[in-house]
Amino acid sequence: MQVTKNGRKKYLVFMVQVHTNFRRAELESLADLYGINSIDFSKYDDSTPFFYVELENDQQAKDWIKRSILTRAIYEYWGDADTYEELHESIQSQDFFQKNKELYHNDTFKFEFDTYRGNNKSNRIKQIEKFSYLDFKGKINLKNPQQVFTVIEEYKPISENIPGKDPIHLIFGRLIQTGDRLSMDRYDLKKRPYKGTTSFEAELSLVSANIAQVKPGTIMYDPFAGTGSFLTAGGHYGALVIGSDIDGRMIRGKGASANINTNFKFYGESSKFLDVLTMDFTHNSLRSNLVIDTILCDPPYGIRESIKVLGARDPERFAGKENIEIDGKKAFLHRDYIPTKKPYALDSLLDDILQYASERLPINGRLAFWMPTANDENIETIIPLHANLELKYNCVQEFNKWSRRLLVYINRGPTFDGPTNSGAKRSTTVFRDRYFNHFN
Amino acid sequence: MKFLTTNFLKCSVKACDTSNDNFPLQYDGSKCQLVQDESIEFNPEFLLNIIERVDWNAVLSVASDLGNTALPPSKPVFPATADQLSEEDMTILRDLHTLLIQTSISEGEMKCRNCGHVYYIKNSIPNLLLPPHLA
Repeated sequence: MQVTKNGRKKYLVFMVQVHTNFRRAELESLADLYGINSIDFSKYDDSTPFFYVELENDQQAKDWIKRSILTRAIYEYWGDADTYEELHESIQSQDFFQKNKELYHNDTFKFEFDTYRGNNKSNRIKQIEKFSYLDFKGKINLKNPQQVFTVIEEYKPISENIPGKDPIHLIFGRLIQTGDRLSMDRYDLKKRPYKGTTSFEAELSLVSANIAQVKPGTIMYDPFAGTGSFLTAGGHYGALVIGSDIDGRMIRGKGASANINTNFKFYGESSKFLDVLTMDFTHNSLRSNLVIDTILCDPPYGIRESIKVLGARDPERFAGKENIEIDGKKAFLHRDYIPTKKPYALDSLLDDILQYASERLPINGRLAFWMPTANDENIETIIPLHANLELKYNCVQEFNKWSRRLLVYINRGPTFDGPTNSGAKRSTTVFRDRYFNHFN
Repeated sequence: MKFLTTNFLKCSVKACDTSNDNFPLQYDGSKCQLVQDESIEFNPEFLLNIIERVDWNAVLSVASDLGNTALPPSKPVFPATADQLSEEDMTILRDLHTLLIQTSISEGEMKCRNCGHVYYIKNSIPNLLLPPHLA
């Protein structure tokens, strides 16, 4: 076991090389969630999938990585070098080598090879045999070994289409914990019974829930639930999830066989799903003393759905209509009454979300939402700010002509007194118009 | 709409926020259809956390609206963690699971005690939208 001067061990975090703008936010948020506050992020680098850290023990490594979507696995570090020969030297020269050998001497085990940016068709058995100096006496068990030892081979492609022939770097370690990437497959929209045009992809909705620190046994709310993508992600991480949407058609789904509730049943997580309400977020019915631990959403930006709230676009036209009666009963009290809605400004809606979060979240509770912007606008995107909320993350996902960002805020309470731009006109162009003009 | 949700819902009308009568809503027992979903699994640890958030007086009020007056007058007290739960605690938790999580209102209506506005539940989904003169 590598014990460094301060009694900690060296580990390797092997991440995926996608969504790199979200990786650090996810790792930091999960470390904070599990109270692991001693990780040195100064060595973290977006351009590589490898991140070496020191941790107190394997349990910390397990807690930290078990939920991570953007991490493949975390390993206890045994050695690394540029060639296999040097790798074997590196492993045997570590001062923890003898102790490690003894610790896992009789455990069942297997060897694995993982690669980055390349592949190797060489004879893996021969390569494994070269590790015979480890002198493990336990049985090889491919199905359920006590220990998994992994060689990670890093390649450098010669050009975009020509892969590198030999690895340029090798790392050897003992697997401690894999990330939660299997859940991406489990929650893949292709396999989801109820979905729609506004459904949010599995990978980034799970990452969003991690950065928002959705916790088991707490309450998560999505005020623009749509087909329930974020509710699904929140339920996966054990929160009781509540959704609302002003558009009842979305949350009703396609009858009793395909709706948000049946999705939760499909995933075996129906106890995590409370309800979805047909409700205007700006005319909110959740009682004001209910603590909501996390708010996670993708507000309407007017692309697939326009921004609407309750009320009459032309109040004069509706004057007196509240007195209309049908069958001796006020029209607006009928079961099938459909209230009129009016357009609403995006800036106002975002201000409302921030204000609501400042009132409902506990101290240190998180608000996370997505916001799109056009890439070619020569003006800085103005991020909405609230005096009680610390803007913690601003993670950008780039598309061809537009991008969207996950904004994550932490409620610091009234003493925080941060900058605010509430009430200001922030957006200069309407994103929807630009989107449908193909950003020309 | 699950019974537990009735514990979170107030009247949408902003003017009612200054009144103490906007929560809980008053459920019309003669018009509410109740259904049980026994397939929702019982998770005591999860339920313990959620019960902390529950307003017991509102549970009593809504249960009484729906014809159940057999609940204890004050919120049951449980140990802090699930592994300390006694058998008796578990029995009570199971009952609460049946009431709060497995019981839902599939069709029905409820009213604000302050402004009198009526909201409907259709296909298990409550509709909390307001006409323009109340919005």
